[in-house]
Amino acid sequence: MKLTAILSSTAFGLVMTATAHAQEVTIYCDDIGFGCKTMAPVAERFNEEHPGKTVKLETVSYQTVVEALPVQLESGEGPDAAIITDLGGLSRYYVDLTPYVDAANFEKEFGQTLQWLRGTDGKSKAINGMPTSLTVNGAYVNLTLFEQAGVPVPEEGATWDEWAEAARKVAEATNTEFPMEMDRSGHRFASFAISHGAELVDEEGNPVVDDGLHAAIDKFVEWHKNGTMPLDLWGAVGGSTHRELFEDFLNANVVFYFGGSWTLSRMDTEVGDLFEWAVVDTPCGPSSCTAMPGGGALVGFKHTPNPELVGEYIDYVAQPENYKEIIAAAVEIPAATSLIEEGVDYPTASERTQVALRTFMDQIPKMAPAAYRFQGWRYQRAMMNALTTRISQVINDELTAEAALERIRQDVELAIQAAEAK
Amino acid sequence: MTELTARTAQSSILQFLTRRRGRVRADWTDWLTYAYLFLGLAVMFAPVLWVVLSSFKAPVNLAEFPPTFLPYAAETVTVEGFDEPLSLYEVITEDGETRQLAQIRRVGLNAQMIDPANPEAGRLVVPVADAKPVRSILFTWQNYARLLSASGSDLWLFVYNSLFITIVATAITVIMNSMAAFALSKYRFKGNTLALIAILMTLMIPPTVVLVPIYLIVAQLGLVGNLWGVILPTVATPTGVFLLRQYMLTIPDELIEAARMDHASEWRIYWRIILPLSAPALAVVAIFSILSRWNDFLLPLVVLNRREVFTLQLALASFQDENQIHYDQLLAMTTLTALPLAFAFIFLQRYIASGIASTGIK
Amino acid sequence: MRAAAIFSRALAALPARAIEPVMRGAQNILGIKRMPWVFLFPNLAAVLFFSLLPVFINIFYSATGSDRLYPADRPYVGAANYETLFECGSYLDPSTCSRDLFWRALGNTLIFVPVQVAAMIGIALFTAICLNRDIRGRGFFRGIFFFPVMLSPVVVALTWQWILQRNGALNGLLTALGLTPVNWLVFPNSAFFWSVFVTVWAHMGFFTIILLAGLQSIPRDVYEAAKMDAANPWRVFTRITLPMLKPTLLVVFILCVIRSVQTFDELYVLTGGGPGSATILIVQYIYEIGFAIQPRNFGLAAAASLLLGAVLLVFTLIQLRLARGKSYD
Repeated sequence: MKLTAILSSTAFGLVMTATAHAQEVTIYCDDIGFGCKTMAPVAERFNEEHPGKTVKLETVSYQTVVEALPVQLESGEGPDAAIITDLGGLSRYYVDLTPYVDAANFEKEFGQTLQWLRGTDGKSKAINGMPTSLTVNGAYVNLTLFEQAGVPVPEEGATWDEWAEAARKVAEATNTEFPMEMDRSGHRFASFAISHGAELVDEEGNPVVDDGLHAAIDKFVEWHKNGTMPLDLWGAVGGSTHRELFEDFLNANVVFYFGGSWTLSRMDTEVGDLFEWAVVDTPCGPSSCTAMPGGGALVGFKHTPNPELVGEYIDYVAQPENYKEIIAAAVEIPAATSLIEEGVDYPTASERTQVALRTFMDQIPKMAPAAYRFQGWRYQRAMMNALTTRISQVINDELTAEAALERIRQDVELAIQAAEAK
Repeated sequence: MTELTARTAQSSILQFLTRRRGRVRADWTDWLTYAYLFLGLAVMFAPVLWVVLSSFKAPVNLAEFPPTFLPYAAETVTVEGFDEPLSLYEVITEDGETRQLAQIRRVGLNAQMIDPANPEAGRLVVPVADAKPVRSILFTWQNYARLLSASGSDLWLFVYNSLFITIVATAITVIMNSMAAFALSKYRFKGNTLALIAILMTLMIPPTVVLVPIYLIVAQLGLVGNLWGVILPTVATPTGVFLLRQYMLTIPDELIEAARMDHASEWRIYWRIILPLSAPALAVVAIFSILSRWNDFLLPLVVLNRREVFTLQLALASFQDENQIHYDQLLAMTTLTALPLAFAFIFLQRYIASGIASTGIK
Repeated sequence: MRAAAIFSRALAALPARAIEPVMRGAQNILGIKRMPWVFLFPNLAAVLFFSLLPVFINIFYSATGSDRLYPADRPYVGAANYETLFECGSYLDPSTCSRDLFWRALGNTLIFVPVQVAAMIGIALFTAICLNRDIRGRGFFRGIFFFPVMLSPVVVALTWQWILQRNGALNGLLTALGLTPVNWLVFPNSAFFWSVFVTVWAHMGFFTIILLAGLQSIPRDVYEAAKMDAANPWRVFTRITLPMLKPTLLVVFILCVIRSVQTFDELYVLTGGGPGSATILIVQYIYEIGFAIQPRNFGLAAAASLLLGAVLLVFTLIQLRLARGKSYD
C-alpha cells in the first residue's frame, strides 16, 4: 500500500535528521545532585574547548534510567553514556575506556567503583567509567526535640536499640508523631541488617540469609508493631516500590530519620532555622556500626560509535578542578580518594550542612566489608527488592520472619537462575 | 435592602432549581437527584480543584498539616538593620495583648522577635507557642516558573511532539478503524466473524503485559527514538472498530446499493457516503484516541529515548526521582498537562454524549 | 517540523490522488467480493503486528530463560517458568508457594474485579439516570462527572495519594470536623476500599456517558405512558428502564470487566500493591517481575501473563455465550 510507503519514508526522514551530526555523544542524567544541572557548566566548557565535538546532556527521569535504559541497551539503542545507579547489573553493556583516559589516575582515585562496574568479571582490568558522587546512608536527628524532652543525645557508638529507646522517650515527651522512620528501601535496610551481622551475599556471589538478617527483621518488625516506626512506609506500600517520607523530618514530625546524604541539600532550603538538627554517627548493631555506601557512576556504553569522545569527556569530568566544581554545586560527597582526604569547599552550604557532610564522610572508614561486597553485587537489586517486598509482608502478618527469609533466598536465587540461564 | 435582594436571589435560585419543563413543582425525586449531583460535584471535582489551587502554593505551604485549601504565604516585613525581609507573627504578650512582631530567628521553643514599628526597642524572646504567623492568600507562580525553566526552550518541542503523536495517531486510528468497520458491517463474506473476533480479542491483552515484545518489534523496525515508534503500535484500537461497526450497521444498505448502481467504486462509497454519515461515531473514537494518546506514558518511556522526541508527559515525569516526589512541580505539571484536555473537553463534550448516543450500542 | 509538513500534505493528497486509484485498481483486479479484505488489511495488519505477534513472542519468552531481550539469545527452558509459578508447599494455601505473590495477585484480582465492576456499573447507572432527568445544568454536571476520565492515571493516583496520606487533605478535613484522622492506606481493608474507590472515580465518567446514551435512546413515550399509569419510580426503573437498557448494559459490563482486570497504573502509584500484598493485582505483578525489578524475568512474566490470558479466555467465552443467548431471545 502506498500509505505505508509514505509513512515509512516519513519515518526514515525523521531518523536521518536525527543522526546527521558527527562526533556528538549523548549522556543521560537526571536533575538531582550530581546530574545534568550541576554537570552542565563543565560540559559547556568541554564543548568550547573541543571544537567539532559535542557532548549533549539529556535530562531524563529516574524511571527512565532504571526501567527504560536497560531495555534500550539490550536492543543496542540508547545514549552513548549515562549516569546510572545499578553499577554491577548493567556491566555487560559498558565500553572499556582505558585507551582514552588517564588509567593510572582512575585506578588510584576510583578503584572501588571501577571494581563494582566490572560486575562478576573479577579478572577484568577494564575502566568503564567513573563514580559521580559517593552517597552514604545515615541518620538525621531533630536536636531541638531532644533538647525540649531533656533527653541526652546518644553519643557516637550508641546502638540502634539505644537510639530507638531515646527516640521513643523524646517522641513521648514532646508529643511528636513518630520516634523513628526509615526510607522504604532495601539499601537503607541493608545498613541496619549488616550492622546486625547479616552477610547478605557471600564471596561467590550467592545470597545469604543468616541469623543476623533474621534478628534484624525481627527487631524491625517489632518496631513497627510497637509504634517506634510508622506503618506509612514499610507497612503501607507493597511490592518493590521505593518510598521516602523525608517531609516528616522536615516538618519535625519524627525524631530520628534514617535516609542518606542526598537529602542534605534540602535542609538549608526547607528547614532553615525552624529547628536544630544534625546528622549523627550511624547507630551500631551487635556486629558493626556500618552504613551503606552508594552513588551513581558515569559510564560509556558499548554501542557508541564515538568511544574516544565519551572517554575524553569522562576524563575531563574526572579532572580534580572540574570534579570539585560539580561536587560543590551538588553539595555531595566526592568519590575520589584524594578528595575524600583533602575535603571539598561547599561555598553554597550552611555551616550546619558542612558539619553534616563531614559526619557522613566520617562514616566511610566504618563501613563493613559486607557493605562494600553487597554494593558491588550484580544481584543487589534483586536482593533489595526481595527485602522490601518480604519485610512488608511480615509487617502485615502475611508471612512469618522464617518464611520471609526463605522467600528472600528463593527470590534472589530465582533471579540469578533466570538471568544466567544457559 | 440587602436582605430583600438576598431573599429574591434565594427564591430565584430555588425557582431555577425547581422549574422544569412542563411542570412547575418538583417532586421528591428531583430533590434526590440534586442532592446526589451536588454530592457528586464535591467528590468528583473537589480533588481536582484542590490540585489546581495547590499548584499555586509555595513548597512550605504545601508541606503543612492540616493542609490549607487556598494558597497562603507568610507576610514579611523589612526591618532596619536586617538584610533579609523578616516573617511577621502575631504574638500574644503576657498581658494578653496582641502585637505584630517580626521574627529574627527561632531556636527550639523560643523565637527572637523584633517590633517592626519600633526596632530600637531591641530583641524580644517569645515562646513559639504564643506566636502565629501572619499570612495572606497568595497565588505564587513559582512552581510553574521552576517547571518551565527546567524544561527550558524545549517545552514547545515537547508540546509539538505530544500534539504530533496525538493528532497523527488519532487520524490513522479513525481512518483504519472505520475502514475495518466498513468491511465488517457492510459486506457478507467468509471470515467476517473470525476477523471481528480476532480484532475484539485484542481488547483483552493488557498493554502493560506486552510492553517488552512491542518494544522488541519497534526496535526491529528501527523506530526506537522515533515518534512513529509510539504511534504505530497504538492505532489498531479494538473499541474503535467495535463502536464504528455498530454504528455503521444502522446505515441503510439501500444507500450503498444505489451508489453501486451509479458505478461508484467501493472506496468512493466508503469515503463519500459511509464516512460522512458516521461522523458522530467518528468523533467519539477520535475523542477517546486523543485522551489515551495524550496521556500515554509507559510505551513512550521505553521507546522515546532522546529529549528531542520526548512527549510532555515524559519530560514532566523528570520531577519524580528515586528519592522524592516533588509535589510542588508535580501539581503544576498536572494542571498544565490537563489544561489542554479540559479545553478540548469544553468544546467537544456535547459530541461525546450525542455521539455515543447515536452509535449502535443502545 | 519537516515530518509534519510531509504528513499533512500526504494526508490531504492521499484520498483523492493516491488511494482512490489504488483501491479502484484493487477492485478491478480482485473483484468486489474480496474488497472487504482490502478494507480490513491495514487494521488487521496492525493487529497482527502489534497485538498478536507480541502474544506469540510472549509464548516464546515463557518457554525460555535469561534476561536477554532478543529471542535468539534466550536458551530454551521448557516448562520451568510455569513450574516456578506452581511451586507450592500445598496447593490449598497460596502463602506456601514460592511465587506466593502471583497467587495473591490473582486472588486479589478475582475479588477486585467483581467488587469494582459492581460498584462502577451501579454508580454509573445511577448517575446516568440522574443526568438523564429534566434538570438544570445538565451539561455542566455531565462535564463534572466525565472530567476525571481525561486525567492521566499517574495524575489520578498521585492526587489521591496526596489526599489520603497521613497528613493529607482528607485527614485535614476530618480533623477540622473534630473527627479522628485515619491512616487510610496503612490498613489492608481500607487500602482495598480506596483502590476500588479511586479506580471508580477515575473511570465511571466513561461508563456513565455510554449508559446515558443508552438511556436517551429509550423512547420518551414509553415513560409518558408509565406516568399515565401513575407507576412509581422504582417500578418504572425495573419494568421499563432496565429491560430496555439491557444491550447497553451488556457492552458496559464487558468493557468494564476487561478494564478492571487490566487495572494497573493507578494502583501501582497509589498503593504499590500494599499494605503487604493486599492490593497487588495481577498486571502489576507481571509488570514488576518483567520490567521493574532487575534482573528482569521476561520468561516468568510471560508465563504469568499467559496464565492470566487463559483465565480471561474462559471468562470471555462464558460472556460470549451469555451475550449470544441474550440477543437471540
